[in-house]
Amino acid sequence: MSGSIFTSSIGKKMFMSISGCVLVLFLTFHMCMNLALVFSDEAYNAICGFLGANWYAVAATVLLAVVVLLHFVLAIILTIQNRRARGSIRYRANAHEKGVEWSSKNMLVLGFVVVIGLGLHLAHFWYKMMWAELMGAHEVAIGATMVAPTAGAAIVRYYFSQWPYALLYLVWFGAIWMHLTHGVWSMMHSIGLNSKVWFKRMKCISWIVATLICGGFALCTIILFLQGNGILPYPLFGGAEVATACEAACEAACEAACAATNTAL
Amino acid sequence: MNLTLEIWRQPNAKAEGKFETYVVKDVSTESSFLEMLDILNNQLIHEGIEPVAFDHDCREGICGACSLRINGHAHGPESEVTTCQLHMRNFKDGDKIVIEPWRSRAFPVIKDLVVDRTAYETILQAGGFVSVNTGGVPDANAIPIAKDDAEESMDAAACIGCGACAATCKNGSAMLFVAARVSSLAKLPQGQVEGARRAKAMVAKMDELGFGNCTNTGACQAECPKGITINHIARLNREYLKAKFRS
Repeated sequence: MSGSIFTSSIGKKMFMSISGCVLVLFLTFHMCMNLALVFSDEAYNAICGFLGANWYAVAATVLLAVVVLLHFVLAIILTIQNRRARGSIRYRANAHEKGVEWSSKNMLVLGFVVVIGLGLHLAHFWYKMMWAELMGAHEVAIGATMVAPTAGAAIVRYYFSQWPYALLYLVWFGAIWMHLTHGVWSMMHSIGLNSKVWFKRMKCISWIVATLICGGFALCTIILFLQGNGILPYPLFGGAEVATACEAACEAACEAACAATNTAL
Repeated sequence: MNLTLEIWRQPNAKAEGKFETYVVKDVSTESSFLEMLDILNNQLIHEGIEPVAFDHDCREGICGACSLRINGHAHGPESEVTTCQLHMRNFKDGDKIVIEPWRSRAFPVIKDLVVDRTAYETILQAGGFVSVNTGGVPDANAIPIAKDDAEESMDAAACIGCGACAATCKNGSAMLFVAARVSSLAKLPQGQVEGARRAKAMVAKMDELGFGNCTNTGACQAECPKGITINHIARLNREYLKAKFRS
């Protein structure tokens, strides 16, 4: 009588919501990781080493790819069904409905921009870091120079020091920000975690989360661009002392994580 | 005032439709939108043209019979007002008004501006009721209900089933309608007994009838003539998922 949860409209939204939640958590982690680069190259490289060609990092990457694929495929299926439900004849006159955000009506368009940016991002960084390590490469080319795949900081600094790449990434973060301002509260709404009391709070939380995540990414990009062009000092804070402290803290954290998984750095 | 109307004309469900332009003169600002259409129809009859078919019944904003998408808004430009309660003072002399029927695969056009909204009735028949034996009127307050719950239930029960939500939604989703019906009963002890069965049956029927999937744009609540909010959709999601995981 009531059909399967996997095929029902609310069930599909639930899977969109859960996969979206996983992606938000990943973005939060990635943003924190990027911010380490603002403080210390060595600290960032230590995290890259931890996330290199280790089984747990590869397993997490595969899981992440499955979640991205699920989120994307479901979005396409839902959009096709929704367009069919709308009917073949469109309205002649259209007006803006009060309080409806542009992003909420264009999540698929924003999603496409995010996926295109993701392709660029994977080609720039993941392909030259984790993939190169998995393929056993000892060096990768960044511009005219060769660096080790574990030298994540050098690779990131190379790309972000060039304005076309920095600008492209900032546009990408803008699209992710718009996607998240609707996506975060919507994922809670879709699994029923919203109410009359929490509605405005959820929207506020959504804006805060989206701004913190994308603001962190954008801040890192801008600082690296300015450092790469000699406008900001390098290192940014307190010279070598702070950098060494950050490096030690990150290495200790990575060693602890590796010890927990019985894996040496 | 004088108005130019662009109206969707379609002789029957199977025929192709198209927009026709009519000019209506000397319309009073005090008349309602439907009275303006009555004036147009009188004019068309005198000219030997088939009058425009449109749905209406109580003309008091409570029956849910009237529909019409007016200048891109369900029930016209005024918020929380049905077409029958919309007055011509909201328009200016010389305005061009585009009048269209609800557009949704689940609401096929029967004639001109009249659409078949049987799909909503079918969803209601699937579970939008409380199974009780009829009898004498129960004592008032025999079952105590918290004021907030009673108010939320009444807010949801204000739904008149006009179809503006599905007609406005870019996804053609009927979630606001189903949510209002589920929510109005879920907040009351009399409705909670069958809550799980109701949520599952109504959502399944909604999906089966070809309505789209809600993406929380909020366009439905912006255009709802009864001010039903999408908070009720969150409750429907909760009721449905709870029912599914428990069964």
